[in-house]
Amino acid sequence: MSENNCCPPPGNETACCAPPAPAEACCSPWNDSGNCCPTAASDLPGYKLWPFVCGWLDSSAGKIPQIATRLTAADIIGRWQMRWGLGRARYSIAPGLYAIGTPSDDSPVLVTANYKMTFDIVRRDMHDHDAWLLVLNTKGVNVWCAAGKGTFGTDEILRQLQRSKLPQVINHRTLILPQLGAPGVAAHKVSKASGFKVIYGPVRSNDLHEFLKNGQKVTPEMRRVTFSFIERLVLTPVELVSMWQHVLWSILALFILGGIGPQIFSFSTAWTRGGAAVAAGLAGLFTGAVIAPLLLPWLPGRAFAIKGASAGLAVGLLGVLLFNESLNWLNSLALITTVSAVSSWCAMNFTGSSTFTSPSGVEKEMRQTIPAQVAAMLVGGLCWLVSAF
Amino acid sequence: MPSLRYLENVVTLRLNAEKCIGCGMCAEVCPHGVFAIEGKKALLVDRDACIECGACAGNCPVEALTVKAGVGCASAIISGWLTGKEPSCDCGGSC
Repeated sequence: MSENNCCPPPGNETACCAPPAPAEACCSPWNDSGNCCPTAASDLPGYKLWPFVCGWLDSSAGKIPQIATRLTAADIIGRWQMRWGLGRARYSIAPGLYAIGTPSDDSPVLVTANYKMTFDIVRRDMHDHDAWLLVLNTKGVNVWCAAGKGTFGTDEILRQLQRSKLPQVINHRTLILPQLGAPGVAAHKVSKASGFKVIYGPVRSNDLHEFLKNGQKVTPEMRRVTFSFIERLVLTPVELVSMWQHVLWSILALFILGGIGPQIFSFSTAWTRGGAAVAAGLAGLFTGAVIAPLLLPWLPGRAFAIKGASAGLAVGLLGVLLFNESLNWLNSLALITTVSAVSSWCAMNFTGSSTFTSPSGVEKEMRQTIPAQVAAMLVGGLCWLVSAF
Repeated sequence: MPSLRYLENVVTLRLNAEKCIGCGMCAEVCPHGVFAIEGKKALLVDRDACIECGACAGNCPVEALTVKAGVGCASAIISGWLTGKEPSCDCGGSC
C-alpha cells in the first residue's frame, strides 16, 4: 500500500479518515450513527468507489457498503440515457449485498437486479427504511426481462446467498423478491435448497413502503401489472433509437429509387420524390412506434399490427387530404398503403415492450399480418415507382 | 379508459385441477389476475389475460400448471423463425 493510505485496516477508518466532502451530502439525515466514512474502498489501489456508497457497515461477513437513498443528478442523467437507448449494455453495478440505512440482523432482505436503473429506483423508494439489499447478477438487465431469461432465478439467488454470506449477517430466513422476478424463480426450490422462505413483494418498488409498513402484506393492486399512458410513453424513445440503422439505410435507398424516372436517373427528382418518400416512411415510423403505443387502448382491434395499421391508415389519409394538389392517384395510393404498412410493422414490434401480450398471441398476429404488410409495401412501392413515368 | 386486452383463445396455459392443492402461489405470482382460489382449488378466472410469463408454473409446488413460456418480442420471434431456434431476447436488439 502507498504510504499516504492511512485508512485501512478496516474498523479504524473514523479515526484517521478525513471524510471527503460528499460524506455529509450522501448520508441520509436519519443516519447519525457515524457509519458514513466513505473512504475505505476509494483508498485501496485499483478500486473506485461508486458515488452511491455512503458508508460501510461492519458485519460478521465483512464490510458491507451502505447506499444512499437520494439520487444524484448523475443517476437521473443515467436514467435518461437508458430511456434513449444509450449505453444500455453496460449500465450495471456489482452484484452482492448492500445495506440501506443501518439494518440490523432482523431487518428485511430485498432482492433485486444489477441493472443500475432498477437498483437506483429501489434505493430511492426505500428512503426511510433500514433493509438489506441482495443484488443478483442479471448482467445489467431489469428484473422482469432477467426473470424471463432465467438470470434472475433460483440458481443465482442461491449463488449470491452463499457468496454474500447473508445467512451469517441476519437472524431470520426470509427473502422479499419483486413479484416480477417470479417467472425465473421457484420459491419452493429456494426454500428447499437454502432454508430461505421467499415472499413475493409488490410489482412496483414505490409500493415497498406501504408493503413494509403493513407487515409485508401485498394488496391486489400491488400485484397487478399496469400499462399506463406514462408507462407507454417512456418506452417509445428506445424503440425509435433501436431502429436508427435500418432507418438510415432505408432513407438512402429511397433517395436512390426516387431518382429513377423517364430520364433513367435524375438528381432533382431523387431529391423531390425521394424526399417525399422519406417523409412518408418517417410518418409511418412515428405513427407506429410512438402514436400507436400512446393511443393503444383507443385504437380498434386487439392485435398490435391492426392497431398500428389503423393509425397508419388515418395518417396516410390525412396526408392525401393535405397534399392532394401535388399527388396523383398512384402517389396517393402509395402513401396510404406504405404509411399503414410501416406503422403496422412498428406497432407490432411494440408487443415486446408491452406488459399484456403473450408470445403465442404475438406469433399468431405476426403470421396473420406480416403477409399483408409485405403486400401493402409492394403495392405502394410499385405505385410510387410507376408514378415517375 | 378502456382496459387493454389482447387476443383471445391463444395462450398455452393449462391447469390440472386434480393435482392442484390450492396453495395459492399461482394467484400470488400472476401479474394479471388469471387465477382465483376457491374451495382449496385454483380456478382460471381470466385465462385470456395470461401473458405466458411462466411464473405460476415455475412456482407451483405440485406441477399442476403448464404453460409454454417465452418472449413476446416480434424481432425475437422472427429470428426464431429464421434460425429454427426458440425465440430468445439475446438478439441484441430492442427487446
